[in-house]
Amino acid sequence: MSRVLVGVKRVIDYAVKIRVKPDQSGVVTDGVKHSMNPFCEIAVEEAVKLKEKKFIKEVVAVSCGPSQVTETIRTALAMGCDRGIHVEVSGKDYEAMGPLQISKIFAALAKKEEASLVILGKQAIDDDCNQTGQMTAALLDWPQGTFASEVTIDGETVKVVREIDGGLETIKISMPAVLTADLRLNTPRYATLPNIMKAKKKKIANMKPADLGVDMVSRVEVLRVDEPPTRLAGVKVETVDDLVAKLKANGTI
Amino acid sequence: MANPLRREVRQLYKNLLYLGREYPQGADYFRERLNCAFMKNKDVTDPKEIRKLVDCGEVVIKELGTLYYLREYRTMKKRFYEEELLGLLNIGRPID
Repeated sequence: MSRVLVGVKRVIDYAVKIRVKPDQSGVVTDGVKHSMNPFCEIAVEEAVKLKEKKFIKEVVAVSCGPSQVTETIRTALAMGCDRGIHVEVSGKDYEAMGPLQISKIFAALAKKEEASLVILGKQAIDDDCNQTGQMTAALLDWPQGTFASEVTIDGETVKVVREIDGGLETIKISMPAVLTADLRLNTPRYATLPNIMKAKKKKIANMKPADLGVDMVSRVEVLRVDEPPTRLAGVKVETVDDLVAKLKANGTI
Repeated sequence: MANPLRREVRQLYKNLLYLGREYPQGADYFRERLNCAFMKNKDVTDPKEIRKLVDCGEVVIKELGTLYYLREYRTMKKRFYEEELLGLLNIGRPID
């Protein structure tokens, strides 16, 4: 039967207030709370759901990065994945790592593990690239169902309802395929302590990008990181007429 | 405390404590309230009563999971789906 590869990314927790480093080279990550990318949680949940419905046999959680990403893989295992793969990337390679390198790694792993599906989050909340799924599909020459808000497997094909501007689009693609999860695909389960304990027995394999024949050289260089412009303070008005006058002056009405 | 349920109660406490780490008002606030709640019932001996209290605890675990999910969902929705929200409010662009 089939095997599914799920990508999980360790990012700064969504609730943390981001601070830009004084030298504008990036964001402060030392000592900051990290957790699994919310869209990756949704991807994991979908893969585990498909396994519970007996459409697929095994779910493999994959993450790339330094040793800390094993915590994220453990969370994925606690949510129901069967085993994990930690692709070790650290130092300068990790800082320069982007969708291109990740998609090459996932393409190589998908072939090596003979996966029928690769499920990823639609984007990471730290870089907002929204590219890894699409690039992975292109490298594998597999069809892609991106921004999925509903996934149904029917034999060797997958019906995907996609969230697009102005509504929903339903497509039918054949397996093997790459899917990227959108916000409304499902409700991810919370990894409670008993699940985490059970997951400790599950295996996490360790490998390097070179083992998969992937070079981590980046073609992108970050020049500068700036804070967004501070929001202007609101203006208080006394009466409804004042409000209407201000809105008219603003050109809003 | 009745012996067979002793392990369950302890596990419940550990599970709740683990979940409380992400409580919006702080892990310490949660831990204080959790300790109070458990201490309040420390003299209960009837196994049926203890069972009922443990089940209450399980419900709280589910509630916390839902609370955390909703908080994340609503933040994601506000952050990434602003155009949807503006569409619902029938506004063309943000009011400054």
